[in-house]
Amino acid sequence: MSELIDIFMIVKPWIGGILSLAGALLCLIGSVGVLRFPDFFTRLHAASITDTGGVTLALVGMAFLAPTWLIVFKLAAIWLFIFLTSPTGSHALANAAHTAGLQPVIGRDLKRADTTEEEA
Amino acid sequence: MGYFLGLIFVLSALWLGLSGIYEPLLLTLGGISVVIAILLAARLETVDREGSPYGRTIPILAYWCWLLVEIFKANWPVIKACLGADLKINPALVKVKTRCESNLAKTIFANSITLTPGTVTVEVEGDMMLIHALFEEAATPESFEEMDLRSYRAADGKRKEELAA
Repeated sequence: MSELIDIFMIVKPWIGGILSLAGALLCLIGSVGVLRFPDFFTRLHAASITDTGGVTLALVGMAFLAPTWLIVFKLAAIWLFIFLTSPTGSHALANAAHTAGLQPVIGRDLKRADTTEEEA
Repeated sequence: MGYFLGLIFVLSALWLGLSGIYEPLLLTLGGISVVIAILLAARLETVDREGSPYGRTIPILAYWCWLLVEIFKANWPVIKACLGADLKINPALVKVKTRCESNLAKTIFANSITLTPGTVTVEVEGDMMLIHALFEEAATPESFEEMDLRSYRAADGKRKEELAA
């Protein structure tokens, strides 16, 4: 049993490092998506990769690297607050854009829904 | 009263977990700040089913475990779309009807949709939700059915469907 714990203590920093790197990679992918997608609403989707996958992997990796349980608890609290607040923020942004009359890009050929007809 | 006990328990646990120094002085300060927070919350009249939904902790935690798996599954297509050489996306606005009645259930459902990559709740009006989706073919009303049912059960907790089924 003690050998198992020894092996786990050796492997633990590696698991933590790999998970943190994977989280960083997901955040990078999210940023690439934010730059590449055509309009405001689609960019929100790319940002949500960073909010969910990237943050979760990075925090789980940090929990593996943490020296005490107290830090694991704090990381869990950070994770909980991010998961409660980030959708609220995204929804507030999307709702504000919708209320202000921003037309989303629709369909496979990515044409903006025509606003000129409404104005005429 | 149960709401107050739940709030006191969660606030105390949060203080103990975040402080990490268990000396009499700091524990006293923690107790005082918990009492102040409770008094403020009582004066604001936010200590109710929404402000302190800890009576439903277990169903909501179970729902979150299911939601986490869904979120990680939904990450894949968006990652592929971000990195694909040609932008293979098909954005659309979809209207979805929800069975959730209480504001808590509606909030949980709308936030779950927004958390899942590829869908964002744009507007909530009564029991209709306007959703912007990155892939039109993946955002049929049926695809939200299970999430709707599960968040309804987690927050409203009525078992009508199970009895009927």
